[in-house]
Formats: sequence, structure tokens, C-alpha cells
Amino acid sequence: MNIEIILHAGLATGTILLFAAIGEVFAERSGILNLGVEGMMLLGAMAGFSTSLATNNAWLGLLVAMLAGGILSLAHALVTINFQADQVVSGLSLTFLGTGLALVLGEGLTGQHPPTIPIVDIPLLSSIPFIGSVFFSEHSILVYVGYIFAPLTAFYINKTRPGMHLRAVGEKPSAADTLGISVYGVRYFYTFVGGLLAGLAGATISLSVSPGWYSTQTTSGQGWIAVGLVIFAQWNPMRAAFGGYLFGMLRRFILDLQGPALIFGMTNPLYVNSNYGFFLQMMPFILTIIALVWGSRAASRKRIGAPAALGVPYIRGERGL
Amino acid sequence: MNLPYTLIFEKRTEDYPKWLPAAVSIGSVIAAFIISGILLKIIGGEPLRVIKFFFTATFGSWAVFSDTMVKATPLILVGLACTVAFKMKLWNIGAEGQFYMGAFFASLVVLVPMVNLETTPKFLIIVLMMIMGMIGGAIWGFIPGILKAKYNVNEIIITLMLNYIALYWNNFWIFDKWSDAGFQMTPQFAKVAWLPRLSDLAREYRMFSGITLHLGVIIAIIAAIIIWWILERSRWGYEIKLIGDNPAAARYAGLNISKNIILVFMLSGALAGLAGMSEISGVVHRLQERISSGYGFTGIIIAWLAKLNPFTVILVSILFGALIVAGREIQPSGIAYLLQGIILFMVISSDVLLRYKIRLINLNPQEA
Repeated sequence: MNIEIILHAGLATGTILLFAAIGEVFAERSGILNLGVEGMMLLGAMAGFSTSLATNNAWLGLLVAMLAGGILSLAHALVTINFQADQVVSGLSLTFLGTGLALVLGEGLTGQHPPTIPIVDIPLLSSIPFIGSVFFSEHSILVYVGYIFAPLTAFYINKTRPGMHLRAVGEKPSAADTLGISVYGVRYFYTFVGGLLAGLAGATISLSVSPGWYSTQTTSGQGWIAVGLVIFAQWNPMRAAFGGYLFGMLRRFILDLQGPALIFGMTNPLYVNSNYGFFLQMMPFILTIIALVWGSRAASRKRIGAPAALGVPYIRGERGL
Repeated sequence: MNLPYTLIFEKRTEDYPKWLPAAVSIGSVIAAFIISGILLKIIGGEPLRVIKFFFTATFGSWAVFSDTMVKATPLILVGLACTVAFKMKLWNIGAEGQFYMGAFFASLVVLVPMVNLETTPKFLIIVLMMIMGMIGGAIWGFIPGILKAKYNVNEIIITLMLNYIALYWNNFWIFDKWSDAGFQMTPQFAKVAWLPRLSDLAREYRMFSGITLHLGVIIAIIAAIIIWWILERSRWGYEIKLIGDNPAAARYAGLNISKNIILVFMLSGALAGLAGMSEISGVVHRLQERISSGYGFTGIIIAWLAKLNPFTVILVSILFGALIVAGREIQPSGIAYLLQGIILFMVISSDVLLRYKIRLINLNPQEA
């Protein structure tokens, strides 16, 4: 167990949750709850992996993964925005659809080794002791993208004009409509952005963090954790990023607990009987529940809530939000 | 683009005809099959052969129809579990976990063992297993219920997380404490803990030999009748529907919403737990990995497709039971998921037809 390794690995796995959760923040800020993140991630992971395998180009794989997630999300947009269907059920069916497509198309990909996203050091910064080796060396380029991405999205949502339109549509679509903002257009766009980022998150797994295609085990519920993280982060991209990293580190820490034979001078039960590892595998999910309960209480105390129009279809000329 | 015709969505002002919801549901399932067929063709399969195979493999003879019904049994119970919760707009996505906990608790009767298996009558053991199964599911339903009621925590994520936790919990016991000689399953239960099957009667009636249909299907149908009665005829059912449709009105009427959230979640969990019990006592006869092939999630689709009507749940479950039976042999395995996703999409999109009239309008009437 080495703190440097835990932090380093946590940043890498946290990047997966960062992309997926920020994508969901975008969609939910516009008022569209998309529970299909797991399905979009899995499809993205498969599409990226197989493209990289076919073209020998990991970057092309990344692009195709994003498009796959994005296109899948349009099904959700069509059904919930135009047909005003229930967003929860539509999101669930999106997960089924994405999982099914990924499994069918991903048949026979297991065990292949396509090129992956390069791992690089940041010059100069990587030579800082400790910080350099944790944050700036031996990371996939996607991890560095993640560092910049979270503050950029926070700036975009809170300080720019399109960001303001996004928030307006999510909070009070009727008011946004009177100002000439296209409610449907904005919702379509950010649902698509959410899909792109979920696809990217999937490819971050299959082409970078744990390269490979292991059917549903590839994402193993991380899409759902990302959705939970959005609530924990109170729809704030910076908090979503920190939450993602924290989660990644805790996961790695839990994994490493199985290593040593002695902990604090006592026999490590995990070392003696590896079946206790099942309890460790529960931890990310238990932690999500704890984070969610904590987040929900904090939110109700500080009166921060979900975007007011989250989950509510907008129909012009009808009473409502 | 200058198309001569356009589609107009007109809001329905009058009630739609009585036959329309059923027609729309059936139509959307057929549309889903057609779309899946096209997808299958694109991927390189032979849709017609798959469909023909589907019918012979699921309804072709008494033996395969019995297989279909065996698969439909847990689906009916899980579909009812989702129906009850969805009536109150509680998103219980955790039927899968509740199913596993039900299976685990029911197994305790045999594995601990809680009663003397040699002297206790079979009837009592089965009833005890049913009760334990329901308790296990209800506990797993209680957690999201109380978190939602007390702290307003989103139940979707909680129930989903509990699914994974239940899976690992089960795995621990079948890998460790109750592993059968290192295999990832418990030893087979004594015959006394098996639900009676039609094949048990094979000695008296030759036609039943090899028919695996078990008593669980009767339990499921009785459960459907009880749930129908609760939802449509009892005061509690009226409260559930009122809270689901109009929580504000329910609050003004003085209903205790928190209490109902917890109770409905526990009832929903108990039904899913009963499905788990029926599956281990009626089909696998031991606790093991993968006792559910995603029943908990299929239950969501079933409840929605059945428009939250307990009796329709039975019919839809038989269709999905058939899908699972056929899906076991259709390769690749993801097709069953794909089909479920497309069916659900079609069903929820088709609801728009109930709310709007769609008309084709000619934009250039002078030419007509």
C-alpha cells in the first residue's frame, strides 16, 4: 500500500467518472434526466475499442466512441422532448438498448489488443517531487484533459451566455422560451453533449484506464455511480470532478487493502480469506449511497435543489414551469 | 425542404376510444419486433428464421410452453413488484437486488437450518421459505423507502446500488460459508424444500412426465389477484394512487406520505423477494450465482407495458418468459437485451398517440 500509487491510480479511474458525471450535469442542467449513462458508456467503450482495433488509431476510436454515445442519446432526446415520455423509463430503456447493442456488436472483441491512448509525462511539472509523480507523470492524455475540462465546464455553465441559456431552460423553460431561446433545441443539444461525454467516459475505460473489452464488466455499474455523483455534486461540474477523483482513490485504496498480510500489526482478514473481498467490492456502491444521503441532506439544508424543470417535459402554451 | 404534406399533432380534447390503449400497446410491440428484425438483418442475421425459431422454441409443445411459463413465474412477481411501486411514482429499480435477498433469506431456512428438515411437514417449510423470502425482499425495499421518506434521497440510485450490494452479499455466502465443495453454489436443497412440480405427478399421469412447471406460477397468479384487489378495491390502494397522481392533494387530504412510501417500497420488495424464493425453491433448488437473468430489470418493462394493470402483467410476463427461453439459444446473447430496450422505447413513445391526434395535412389544397 503506497499513497502515491493510490492517488495516481485514483486520478486515472476518477477521470472516467468525471467525464460521465459532467456529461450528465449538462443534460440535467437543461432539464433532461438521462439514466442511460451506463448504456451509452458501454456502447462507447465497445465502439471505441473496436474502431481502434480496426483502424489502428486510438484517437479515431475515441471519436467514434463519443459519436456512438451521442447518437444513442438522441433516441432519449426524441422520446422525452418530442413525445414527452417519462424520462426515467426512457433512460432505462436507453441502458437496455446500449447494453444490447454493445453486447451484440462487441461479440468476439474480448482478448484483442488495439492501440490505446498514449501515456505521457508533462515536462517540467512532472519533476516536482510527489505532486509531479502523482499528477503529472505516467498518465493517459485523457487524464490531463480531465484536469482542464472540469474548470472549463464550470466557467461555461456559470459565466457564459450559452451557459446562462442552459441554466434558464433547466430552471424555467417558459421564461426562456419568451426570451426567444429554443427550449427544444437547447435540450436536444445538451442531451447530445451528455451522450458524447458518456461515450468518451466509456472509451476512457476501454482504451486507456483498463484497456480491453469485458462485455458488461467493462463499465460494471460506473455509469450508475456517475448518475449518483451528479446528485452528490449538486449539479456542479467542479464538485462532480472532485467526487470522481475521490471515488477513484477510494476504489484503489479498497483494492490495495487486500495486499498486506498485516495491518496495524494485526492479521489482515482479507489476506487470509480472499472471499472477504466481496465485501470490499460492495464498498463503491455503499459509498455512493452514503454520499447521496449526505448530499441530499446538505442540499435540503442549503436549499440547493435539482434544476427546477428536471424531468418535466416542456409543452409550449401549457401551464407549468 | 418543401414537402407537400406535413404532420400535425393535435391535442386530444375528448377521451380516446376504449380500445385505443390496447391497440397502441400491441402495435408498439409489433413495431419493436419489426425494427429489431431490420437491425438483425443489418448485423447479418436472418430475422425470419429467428422469429420462426422463437415460436417453436417457446409455444411449440407442452414441454417448451411449460419452460416459458416457468420463466414467466418470477417475471409476474417482479412485474407486480414494479407495478405497485410505480403506481405511487416510486422508482424501484432494485427488484433485482430484492430478488436476490429474497432468495438468500429463503435459503436460510434450509441452510442454517431454521427448522428440522426431517420432521417438519413440507407444507410448513414451503410457507416458512415464502415468508422468509418476502422478509428478505422487504428489508431491501425498506432501505430506499426510509431514505426517501426521511431524507428525500433519490430512490433510483439507491435501489440500483443495492442491486450490486445484494449480488456481492450472495456471492460471499456461496463462495465461502455454504460453498458446495468449492463450487460457486450451495449444496442442493433437500427435496422437502422444493416447490411441487407437475412432473411429480408423472407416475399417475403420464402426460406430466418431464413438465417442470411448479407451484410458483399459482403463487404468482394469486399474488396478482391480491395486488389487483389492493390497488383497485381497497382504501390503501386508493391512497397509493392518489399519492402517485397528486402528492399535493394527498398531503392536504391528511395522508401520511412518508409512511406510505416505506410501506409500498416494502410491499414491492416483498413481491420481488417472493420471486427469488420461487426461483430457488421451484427451479434451481440451491443458492448460486446468476439465479436471475436480469428479471428485476425486465420487471420494469413488464410493468410499464402492462400499463400497471396486475392482470395484464401476467400476459406480458408470458411474452417475456418466451423471449428469455428463446433468447437463451439465440446468439449473440445481447439480442434479448436489445429487443427489450426497443420494446420499451416503442411503448413509451407510443403513449404520444393517446395524448395527441396525428393528422396528415396537405399544404397545397388548391392542387388537390
